[in-house]
Amino acid sequence: MTPSATTSVTTKPAGTDTGPGAARNPRRLGGAAAPLRGLAGLAGLVVVLQVLPHSGLVSGDYLPPASEMARALWHLLAEDAFWTALGDTLTGWGLGLAIAVAAGLVAGIVIGSVPVLRAVTASTIEFLRPIPSVALIPVAVLLYGTDLRSVLLLVVYASFWQVLVQVLAGTQDVDPVAEDTARSYRLGGWGRVRYVMWPTALPYVMTGVRLAATVALVLTITAELVIGAPGLGHEIAIAQTSGAVPQVYALVLVTGLLGVAVNLMARAVERRALHWHPSVRREG
Amino acid sequence: MFRTTVLTVGKRVSLVLGLPAALFAVWWFATAGSTDFYVPPLSVILQKFGEVWTGARLESDVLPSLLRLGAGYLLAVVTGVGLGLLVGLSRIVRDVLEPVLELFRAVPPPVLVPVIMLFAGIGDTMKIIVIVSGCLWPILLNTVEGVRAVDEVLSDTCRSYGIDGPARLWHLVLRSASPQIVTGMRQSLSIGIILMVISEMFAASNGLGFTIVQFQRSFAIPEMWSGVLLLGLLGFVLSLLFRLAENRALAWYHGLRRAQRTP
Repeated sequence: MTPSATTSVTTKPAGTDTGPGAARNPRRLGGAAAPLRGLAGLAGLVVVLQVLPHSGLVSGDYLPPASEMARALWHLLAEDAFWTALGDTLTGWGLGLAIAVAAGLVAGIVIGSVPVLRAVTASTIEFLRPIPSVALIPVAVLLYGTDLRSVLLLVVYASFWQVLVQVLAGTQDVDPVAEDTARSYRLGGWGRVRYVMWPTALPYVMTGVRLAATVALVLTITAELVIGAPGLGHEIAIAQTSGAVPQVYALVLVTGLLGVAVNLMARAVERRALHWHPSVRREG
Repeated sequence: MFRTTVLTVGKRVSLVLGLPAALFAVWWFATAGSTDFYVPPLSVILQKFGEVWTGARLESDVLPSLLRLGAGYLLAVVTGVGLGLLVGLSRIVRDVLEPVLELFRAVPPPVLVPVIMLFAGIGDTMKIIVIVSGCLWPILLNTVEGVRAVDEVLSDTCRSYGIDGPARLWHLVLRSASPQIVTGMRQSLSIGIILMVISEMFAASNGLGFTIVQFQRSFAIPEMWSGVLLLGLLGFVLSLLFRLAENRALAWYHGLRRAQRTP
């Protein structure tokens, strides 16, 4: 594998790229109006959704007005079934993500700190990573039915690679001078992993976790939708087959908001874990 | 001299192929005498692979899937880059649309399948729209990001040389946003494959996803495994092709990065 191939598949940790970061600052200074404009954009979306069905351009049967979606959402919030489904989805997401992150970290650190292992596994990882996890859907159904375990199979498979690839990139990034210094101070194997490799890899790890969190949510809901495991995805499938169109949109909106929340949360965790890192300190 | 090159080449080949070959062998021998209904011997799966996916099925299922994927992906790239340029070039438009776009991006793409089925039925149009609506957002948002980060010195240089209008778009904006655009396109490709399969699993009369689910429901287990293999192979080959194309198109960029990294 050439060096350029490695850089092309890994995502740089937030803020460590030099070019774009320089252009970002002026915007921050003059961007006091940005949140207001953003609100205006969201309000505009609601208005468009309200007006479109009334204008006759789109049939109200397919795209109910925003007010009807809001009413459906309100009714959903009062139902126990909705909260159970939300809980199921969050359980699948959280468990899957936790397993994937733990496995990705352990595998990544072991493979990354032993050069022979890295050389031997590189081609296998490159081969397995792009395999679409949906290919596993029939296997999951056969093995586990509509159990939580089939959701976990898909979620873990998809998110594991995100974490692993980032951890590998992180362990490769270790400064040779720091490594040599640690050696000459007689830090043992564990000490070098803990005090040299870990701080170097952490920004990459956090990027991996953030990507994995998003992927895990998508796969959880996909598995529920296609396999029929209990959760928000399954609720969407039910609402769609029973023709409850406003409910479909309300549930889709919920999954979108969930996605935004997961994104924001992952970013907050990243900031906290990397509060010492120059990329975060520079922005603050 | 010649000997050592042969040796290093041999070593590299064994590094690249060693583990895959070992895993393959393990799979082969572990399942060789398998009587488990769900885990057929690999030899049977491979034999079925040859029977199932060559000949008539190639034309009736594999090709339509790939065509839908291709059409949807291309449409998403064109729309995404076009809209991304529009949104990225104006700060006001960007500020107004950013939260809306982030919301759209955060919706897990597969839930769009039932929504789009309402509008477009279950034909080819539905599947192409599903693929477009899932692939669009990463390309769009990355283009916006790339356009926003155009180097200011370059931008000023262009201005003082009087380069503007379409020439500025083509030579400056699009060129300097292209690494980011390619990042978006790479994310979209894997989303596209997922949506191709899911839209066919949901409602279809042909296609890869449809056929594989059909095999699973009729308990044609070796055929199903061969389909899973094919999907895996497809994902691998497409990402390989993408990387080849990227290395060609962005050779200048990777060269620049390498030059910057090694002073």
